Amino acid sequence: MRTIQAKDIIDAVATMCVRANTELPDDVRAKFEQAMANEDSASAKEVLRQLLENADLAMKTKLPLCQDTGLAVFFVEIGEDLTVEGGNVKDAINKGVRKGYGEGYLRKSACDPLTRKNTGDNTPAIIHFDIVPGDKLKIAYMAKGGGAENMSRVTMLAPAQGWEGIKKFVIERIAEAGPNPCPPTIVGIGVGGTFDHSARIAKKALLRRLDDTHPDPKIAELEKELEEALNKLGIGPMGLGGKTTVLSVKIALEPCHIASLPLAVNVQCHSQRHEEVEL
Amino acid sequence: MAEYSLNTPLTDEDLKPLKAGDVVKLTGHIYTARDAAHKRLCDLLDEGKELPFELQGSVIYYVGPSPAPPGRPIGSAGPTTSYRMDTYAPRLHKLGQKASVGKGKRNDEVKQALKDNIAVYFGATGGAGALLSKCITEAEVIAFDDLGPEAIRKLTVEDFPLLVINDAHGGELYAQPDRKAAGL
Repeated sequence: MRTIQAKDIIDAVATMCVRANTELPDDVRAKFEQAMANEDSASAKEVLRQLLENADLAMKTKLPLCQDTGLAVFFVEIGEDLTVEGGNVKDAINKGVRKGYGEGYLRKSACDPLTRKNTGDNTPAIIHFDIVPGDKLKIAYMAKGGGAENMSRVTMLAPAQGWEGIKKFVIERIAEAGPNPCPPTIVGIGVGGTFDHSARIAKKALLRRLDDTHPDPKIAELEKELEEALNKLGIGPMGLGGKTTVLSVKIALEPCHIASLPLAVNVQCHSQRHEEVEL
Repeated sequence: MAEYSLNTPLTDEDLKPLKAGDVVKLTGHIYTARDAAHKRLCDLLDEGKELPFELQGSVIYYVGPSPAPPGRPIGSAGPTTSYRMDTYAPRLHKLGQKASVGKGKRNDEVKQALKDNIAVYFGATGGAGALLSKCITEAEVIAFDDLGPEAIRKLTVEDFPLLVINDAHGGELYAQPDRKAAGL
């Protein structure tokens, strides 16, 4: 058994929250630069230029890239041979969120769903736990803004609809969302599992690097096919028209019930903020 | 596509020439309000009470800024998605609000209200909150402090960069998605 301190989790989470919200990941920046070179329209280029300038300024001033610093979403892998002293993992993550969002001047966006009263410290965080072999603790954090999350959907297709049905649903979703989710977006797609599980794997897919290739060549091909189709919609950066409606499509597939074809589309804005730490 | 520099409060004469796609640099005072603040403004109107700011000629910015770090008037301050305010906007335009600033589509009722009342809907770049905050020189909470990031703030802006998305003549800038090209 290996032992780590809850305090170290709190500090690591707080640091991740602040850094992810102020430093645009290099893969996202590279996509902006590629898109700028690829776009013909002046308004598309201007939006992308502003986003690059915004990233430089956020880095320099430590102001958040976007005022919507999101709900704090975590994917946590806990090694079976690890124990935590001085607290538990769930509390430590929430304390880390409280500290990071407080000290980093990040916006607190968590509220009661009906009274709409703000919880005041951006907790509770949304935490997905997984138990894995080993003695490490891996914590991935994502700042999930409301605008893009609102454009996300889960549906239960009939198995006969297959890939064509999936493709149609995703294209229609992104078409209908138009300028709302801050395009160019990243589209996380969960296929299979159950109603809830499809949404979880769609969200987890958003943690992948934008420039990676799916290890399964068949799925990599589907991602490419869908990305090309979505970029033909012509919605463009901030909906002003252009070739860049999405920066990337990430698909996760898992076995499902013989009667079902669950499909989740989790839309992520261009301000993709995430980080990972291993303790 | 023309470029204009305008000062608040805005008038019919300021807005009539504007066309979807025009660039406007806005200077003066604007007021922040999101869903929760809009609901309270409309509740005040229902009760026949006075609003916390003068609606006539006003510009409402759909934003919930991040907290101001020491030495700055405001934190990151980019637009939120506008459709959530569509329920309230026509009523406020009828009472003199001249413009809103946000991102994303508006519904037909709002577009009609812009035409009926000579008003416009401006877009600011979503996700560029750090950059946009540079144009905000002062910020003061003037109402609903308990709403935190959603409180109404009076902002002083200088050359705030905006795009006319919906003008007062029915014009719209947003690209229509080409579903056919995408294979639908």
